Amino acid sequence: MPDLSINFAGIKSPNPFWLASAPPTNSGYQVMKAFDAGWGGAVWKTLGVPVVNVSSRYGSVNYRDKRMVGFNNIELISDRPLADNLREIEEVKKRFPNHAVIASLMVQSRQEWHDIVRDVTNAGSDGIELNFGCPHGMCERGMGSAVGQEPEVLQTIVEWVMEVAKIPVIVKLTPNISDITEPARAARKAGADAISLINTIQSIVGVDLDQFAPYPIVDGKGSNGGYCGPAVKPIALNMIKNCAQDPNVRLPISGIGGIENWRDAVEHILLGASSVQVCTAAMHFGFGIIREMTAGLEQYMVEKNFNTIYDFVGKALPNVKHWEDLNLKYKVTAQINEDKCIGCQLCYTACEDGAHQAIALREGSRVPEIIQENCVGCNLCSLVCPVEQCITMERRDDGTQHQTWKERTEANNIPTTFNDERAGGLHHWVPEPAAALGKERHKTLPGKARAMGSPAEATATKASDVLTAE
Amino acid sequence: MAEFSTPTTEQEFDANFAQIKPLMSNTEALYESSRCLFCFDAPCIKACPSGIDIPQFIRQINTGNTTGAAKTIYEANYFGNACGKVCPTEVLCEGACVYNLNEQKPIEIGRLQSHATRKVIDSGKKLFGPGAPNGRKVAVVGAGPAGISAACELRALGYEVDVFEAKALPSGLTLYGVAPYKITNAETLAEMEYLESQFGYKVHYNQPISSRRELEALEESYDAIFLGIGLGRTNALLLPGEERANCIGAVEFIEQLRTEHHHVAVGKKVIVLGGGNTAMDAASESSRLGADSVILAYRRGKEEMGAYEFEYDLAKGVGVKGLFNVAPVEIVGNGKVEGVKFIRTAIQDGQVQIVPGSEFVEPCDMVIKATGQAKQTHFLQLIPGLQLDGKGRIVADARTGQTTNPKYFASGDALNGGAEVVNAAAEAKATARGIHEYLSNQL
Ligand SMILES: Cc1cc2nc3c(=O)[nH]c(=O)nc-3n(C[C@H](O)[C@H](O)[C@H](O)COP(=O)(O)OP(=O)(O)OC[C@H]3O[C@@H](n4cnc5c(N)ncnc54)[C@H](O)[C@@H]3O)c2cc1C
Ligand SMILES: Cc1cc2nc3c(=O)[nH]c(=O)nc-3n(C[C@H](O)[C@H](O)[C@H](O)COP(=O)(O)O)c2cc1C
Ligand code: SF4
Ligand code: SF4
Ligand code: SF4
Repeated sequence: MPDLSINFAGIKSPNPFWLASAPPTNSGYQVMKAFDAGWGGAVWKTLGVPVVNVSSRYGSVNYRDKRMVGFNNIELISDRPLADNLREIEEVKKRFPNHAVIASLMVQSRQEWHDIVRDVTNAGSDGIELNFGCPHGMCERGMGSAVGQEPEVLQTIVEWVMEVAKIPVIVKLTPNISDITEPARAARKAGADAISLINTIQSIVGVDLDQFAPYPIVDGKGSNGGYCGPAVKPIALNMIKNCAQDPNVRLPISGIGGIENWRDAVEHILLGASSVQVCTAAMHFGFGIIREMTAGLEQYMVEKNFNTIYDFVGKALPNVKHWEDLNLKYKVTAQINEDKCIGCQLCYTACEDGAHQAIALREGSRVPEIIQENCVGCNLCSLVCPVEQCITMERRDDGTQHQTWKERTEANNIPTTFNDERAGGLHHWVPEPAAALGKERHKTLPGKARAMGSPAEATATKASDVLTAE
Repeated sequence: MAEFSTPTTEQEFDANFAQIKPLMSNTEALYESSRCLFCFDAPCIKACPSGIDIPQFIRQINTGNTTGAAKTIYEANYFGNACGKVCPTEVLCEGACVYNLNEQKPIEIGRLQSHATRKVIDSGKKLFGPGAPNGRKVAVVGAGPAGISAACELRALGYEVDVFEAKALPSGLTLYGVAPYKITNAETLAEMEYLESQFGYKVHYNQPISSRRELEALEESYDAIFLGIGLGRTNALLLPGEERANCIGAVEFIEQLRTEHHHVAVGKKVIVLGGGNTAMDAASESSRLGADSVILAYRRGKEEMGAYEFEYDLAKGVGVKGLFNVAPVEIVGNGKVEGVKFIRTAIQDGQVQIVPGSEFVEPCDMVIKATGQAKQTHFLQLIPGLQLDGKGRIVADARTGQTTNPKYFASGDALNGGAEVVNAAAEAKATARGIHEYLSNQL
């Protein structure tokens, strides 16, 4: 049985799954319920001077029939009095001494920081997370991402906290910055014990087409909010990798952003996270998702022979390279498995219009054909194909050669002028522009057009054109 | 059997004849439309006789543009709502959907189609209107799918259109023939009203055209005449006893059913003669009307039935029993039907041969003959120069629908010998264009 427990910068937790500081950790009631359900830790909803919130507060990006692929909010930190929160933290810790309770904090003055750090420590918190991330509302008051975006200010505040902190301190970073490693380094310089990322991304999730206002709408108006949920995972993963690979950071990382299942969590861990935090998924599906997450993680560890989480923290990092270090001699091309193909021809139209005209249609068959000479191995067709394992990317080079852009640059063997002979696409076949015209005339002409035989005629006499449409 | 008790109220009738393709809610339409792959050169379009741009309208539903979806559908097929409900989609668009090849459920194209069109029908949204008047007039005989589709398209092209219909209501067999669990009368008529209000053709109900004199009047006042008269009554079997009470043609039985609903009486033990789709319908319908037993008797084997497999499944599903390789020789009884005398058959070299001495009587109290519809030969012979083929179908140009009398054009069952609503709608649209081409060239 693999051991899921972690010791994150001194904070012990029975498993790496924590609830992120957000509505699911707004109260002792919720945190107890989550621990009861199997969560290892919880970062309490950010404490400070209580706020006043608006209604409505959340907006969502729905993709076709999938709800909340992306999620945003214009909520602020906790609106409950500090004393209530402290009492509940104490109660939770008494009942769950081995679970991790981390207090998220956001205040302004040095004195306030000192006071609140002492308060949450006395209440029994296992650690502190400094919220330098909130990208709306709080930053306009000089807190949240206003701090996270200024490495020097961040460093000063972390130093204030470290003056009194007796429990581990995690600095939560905002992604609303061009180089995430700058605030991460500042946190390290100031003596923080760990970092967590990402907080939400400044966003507008959508615009109401009738009210001409952004979501979520508050009395006909809206504001930019903070974006999170499945859609942000790729951004989070990249930033975690950046911090994990930076030799000047070297701090434990709590990975946050788009984690919904064990796979997402493993990806965060493989890129350097040693605990993970979840918000949107818990807001969408409730605390029950933890069972799938722990079960999936355990199964993965059994199959990979990992005994502890630390066996694979950062395991993918050595394989994340700069582009210039990739092997230019590696070559794959697409292959269609004819028995699996259902003839949707999405691969054809994708490659034809969106890539390299390397797929042809055949007379009398709906199964397209790869023109091997034209295929550059971009993956597009295999990505759009709706059938599992129907288009595979097959290796074509013999694996004996290895050459990188860096090596070519060093050997003075790269294109340097506009019409350089060494241009990568120079010897790649591209059809003549005019060959495009009428290329797809064979495509079935729908309805009206078919009745008339010629598409030109059909468009000219479309019912909607001759008729008085509204 | 007695799965269904005899309906005595409209509610009970509706329950026994519950729609097999019920209306989709917005949420269901969103989920289902999300599955469509937006195939290139989509096979579903090819399989639709009216060539509706299916991936386009499904994508429009998915992006919240149901009005645009309805427009896409109607631009190809004026019976868009009815077709979504009554088309044999299993052998048309849905049968061609690529998902079948992956052993996944095909997209429910029919129900999506009805979902979108129903929205504009319910809201009465204006999508179409008559074209600028071109000063010419066309008479349409028959207000079935063919006649109404031709009328819409001709109005769009600027013609004045008068439709002459023998019956009191429009849409032909969509209202009087199609099984009630496929479409309700209210749905059928709502689409008819929608089209009429959009295009503004004039329908003269209860006005059969049946004499040479009436035809002459049309020939004089109209620039062209469109024939959308469909087929006729059920073919006679020419068997002794056929005239007995409770021996009825399927088309006539179904017409009664569609107009009178639960007021139609069905026998306790019904024998349906025939192996086509109409036979399947009549058998299912008898069962849903509360018959204790329904037997489907067919001259050949089960595999040779003309009916679609899913139609037979539908009948089996409501308890209909098959009796194969039998030919009726006499309707027995005493004033009223009391049974059918059959003789067993065997197939030799593709031909039905009777097995001598194998006669037997299967008792019953009702016989429904689903033995095909007769052609309207008598009426068609009133039109000078109009040629019919060996099977009594009107001979016409495949592209323009022009008959051998240049003033007359035809589409639908009268031309194709009996197909589906969608064929009549598609053909008539093309034929209307043919009329336009012909009259434009006459200037
Ligand atoms: C029992 C049965 C079930 C069916 N089920 C289905 C189904 O589930 N799905 C499907 O797609 N198709 C079905 N069909 C077929 C479909 O109904 C027809 O293919 C379609 O209605 C043909 O349209 P039409 O306009 O050519 O003819 P019709 O629908 O027959 O319309 C002809 C119209 O012309 C009128 N008319 C005829 N002669 C004259 C005259 N001399 N003067 C004035 N008016 C006249 C008639 O009263 C009628 O209204 C079914 C048919 C039957 C018989
Ligand atoms: C409604 C809402 C409120 C949030 N409030 C806080 C907060 O008070 N403090 C904080 O550090 N992060 C806050 N966050 C950010 C989350 O803790 C987390 O960093 C972010 O949602 C990304 O994780 P996810 O993709 O799992 O949702 C909030 C997020 C949401 C959706
Ligand atoms: S995308 Fe896949 S299933 Fe579709 S045609 Fe191409 S290979 Fe076949
Ligand atoms: S891998 Fe890219 S270039 Fe090659 S066939 Fe597929 S889409 Fe075209
Ligand atoms: S074949 Fe099926 S999946 Fe493809 S476009 Fe048509 S309905 Fe959509």
